[in-house]
Amino acid sequence: MTGELHTERVRSRTVRLTVNGVRHHVRVDTRTSLLDTLRERLGLTGAKKGCDHGECGTCTVLVAGRRVYSCLTLTVALDGAEVTTVEGLAAGGEPHPLQRAFLAHRAVGCGYCTPGQLCAAVGVLAEADAGVPSAVTPDPAEPPALDLAEIRERMSGNLCRCGCYGRIAAAIAEVAR
Amino acid sequence: MRPFDYERPWNIDAALAAVRDTPGAMYLGGGTNLIDLMRLGVLAPELLVDVSRLPFDRVEETGDGGLVIGAAVRSADLASHLGVRRRYPVLAQAALSVGSAQIRNMGTVAGNLLQRTRCAYFTDVTKPCNKREPGSGCPAVDGVHRNLAVVGYSPSCVATHPSDLAVAFAALDAVVRIEGATGPRRVPITAFYRDPGDDPRQDTVLEHADLITGIEVPPAGAAAHSAYRKVCDRTSFAFAVVSVAVVLEVTAGAVRDCRIALGGVAPKPWRAERAEEVLYGADATEENFARAARTEPAGARPLRDNGYKVPLVRNLLTRTLIDLAKKGA
Repeated sequence: MTGELHTERVRSRTVRLTVNGVRHHVRVDTRTSLLDTLRERLGLTGAKKGCDHGECGTCTVLVAGRRVYSCLTLTVALDGAEVTTVEGLAAGGEPHPLQRAFLAHRAVGCGYCTPGQLCAAVGVLAEADAGVPSAVTPDPAEPPALDLAEIRERMSGNLCRCGCYGRIAAAIAEVAR
Repeated sequence: MRPFDYERPWNIDAALAAVRDTPGAMYLGGGTNLIDLMRLGVLAPELLVDVSRLPFDRVEETGDGGLVIGAAVRSADLASHLGVRRRYPVLAQAALSVGSAQIRNMGTVAGNLLQRTRCAYFTDVTKPCNKREPGSGCPAVDGVHRNLAVVGYSPSCVATHPSDLAVAFAALDAVVRIEGATGPRRVPITAFYRDPGDDPRQDTVLEHADLITGIEVPPAGAAAHSAYRKVCDRTSFAFAVVSVAVVLEVTAGAVRDCRIALGGVAPKPWRAERAEEVLYGADATEENFARAARTEPAGARPLRDNGYKVPLVRNLLTRTLIDLAKKGA
């Protein structure tokens, strides 16, 4: 029966990952989340562990350009994937426009949620560009315009215990303009 | 989390065989609920068979104007599909009310239908729960049940099913496509979920190794006049306290077609057949909408702390019918 299968049944596996443009081969236990792989194996501690249940958003990273919760993502299922973390947002040493806007709007309290907020915000801009609607898009068949109500709805997957939501939304709105 | 094996077969036959031959095997889709339940110790599969990259990841238009939605389509992609947005607003709105943007980028349509109840006793392995451990009891009956069922439950389990998509699919008379040991079969979404009865372990009629491959949404002109409305404890990124999915076609001031499903009230999407009967052929007036809503949820027997759901879902249904009638007129 196993002859029919194109992959082996494994309890650990070497996975190829491209993280922020750098290729890695990393051997992981099947239980290992992408978040733990990034933090504990690749030394990328930008993505944070908050709830570890997909409820707070501090672990948000981009996989193939789409924002996901890295705490609920199994590394073993990601062979060949391209991952972007907060460490990869600044190009050539220049901060990402969202990073500049977060600073300008003082959208950072304690900072713990900020890497997840930034990666989620990159996703917001990309999704709006691609025409992805949200629950508050007035006519879901029309392209969305990123006003504050849209930004708040689209960022609802990221909590901030310091309560910087107004400043975060304003920072994203500035970059979206 | 308990150790487990992982494999990713490249075709459906290999996936079916892998799960069939391993009693403790489960399919892995987007993982948003499964990985969490494994981390909590609620589930401990010995093998995960990853079906997230099998070729069921597209929304296909059928020749007669319906849709076949692949099992592995992500909620975000379902909500973004132009045919879904234009012809089935109820489905697009339900998909957009799922979780957060991250959850919608990860979670699949089939996984949404197969997610487990968020009853606090089910997800806490230190507590009894008949769904987790048959015969251990249901503390929710006399305990924390503010967000649990008001209808369709049993003394052994008062859990609600948390899916948004299932409620929309129920109002659209969708059909679940299943591959299993005995070949392919089709099950209407309204017959897909089991009543809890004496043994609430299994939420659905799926047998071990059965794999959802897609959801058929039949063609329906009336579906263009449809809506999904959801009441939550917070504005966004929350499960429904109650929800309604409504398809309503009004011609010359009278209801010509009407299909209603309620969420958050039962262990399954609750098709509101009594309200539909009241409305068929009736004048599309606020009085008639309210009168129909008052018949639901038919047979409701609220628990000590969730009686509020009955007027809440009636008001939500009335308002949604009124708004749809105005929009379609």
